[in-house]
Amino acid sequence: MSRVASPTFRDSLSVSFTVGAYGVAFGAAAVANGFSVLQSCLLSLLTFSGASQFAVIGVIGAGGGALSGIATASLLGIRNGLYGVLMAPILKVRGLKRVIAAQITIDESTGVSLSQEARGESAMREGFWLTGFGVFIFWNLFTLAGALGAEAMGDPSAWGLDAAVPAAFLGLVWPRLKNSTDKSLALTAAAFAIATTPFLPAGLPIIGTAVIAVIAGLRITK
Amino acid sequence: MDTFWLGVIGTSAIAYALKFSGHSVPEKFLSHPLIKRINLLIPIALLSALVAVQSVTTKSAIVLDHRLAGLGAAFVALIFKAPFPVVVLSAAVSSAAVYNLL
Repeated sequence: MSRVASPTFRDSLSVSFTVGAYGVAFGAAAVANGFSVLQSCLLSLLTFSGASQFAVIGVIGAGGGALSGIATASLLGIRNGLYGVLMAPILKVRGLKRVIAAQITIDESTGVSLSQEARGESAMREGFWLTGFGVFIFWNLFTLAGALGAEAMGDPSAWGLDAAVPAAFLGLVWPRLKNSTDKSLALTAAAFAIATTPFLPAGLPIIGTAVIAVIAGLRITK
Repeated sequence: MDTFWLGVIGTSAIAYALKFSGHSVPEKFLSHPLIKRINLLIPIALLSALVAVQSVTTKSAIVLDHRLAGLGAAFVALIFKAPFPVVVLSAAVSSAAVYNLL
């Protein structure tokens, strides 16, 4: 057993609380986009992946169909699958434990776990479980708070909630823009989405940019 | 079933399937450099498109309104390396100010 004040525990807890607190923004945005408090909370409990959750409420809230919303959210969820590939050999779990580990395989649990590499494999496992459960608990509590708060507010624009959603997306994409390829892809995707919005059914201008990303990925190879 | 419920259930089911499949497939299956690279680029494209669409469009029209003030504030906050909640909050406050005062 590790001591309560282990560095891994501190890393996990600080990440859990900070990230979990964003749940307020999600809960509020979900309600502002027409989702009920129950639906907002279920998304946090069951989908449990911030970017995918913001995507599905954003697309459906803007009038896109369920399919567009699900497709956009799912494309953003692919990375969790790749995290699972990285984590499986470290966690070495089967059965029910694997079923639970899968649900908490997200950016933060994987990130904290990998950052503990110098402290050994058991610290990596500890980081994964503590951060995964920690974010899960805080994210869901804060989602409920945000959803109830937004429901009490009324007109979302008067409280700036309609601007909070794009700001949240901007905050999510910002740390990913590491080089000039990333930045030009971001600008191209934004321009494509705006330019095609008047002509394509809602949702497609967003999903369509995944094709641009694939083309960009193929071009780097050459 | 309405669009909102379909969105909740469909997104959740696929999100879990993706997470679980990662824990169940052999590592070499997904560790190809091209797959890894595209996996990093797809979120950048989708999130950037979402920023754009949520900031300057309403239904199928391009609309420039109070949300741009919020987006501008978010940009400034990010340039000053503000944490995520500050980014979102500054956008909300700026956008609400323009909406209510102008």
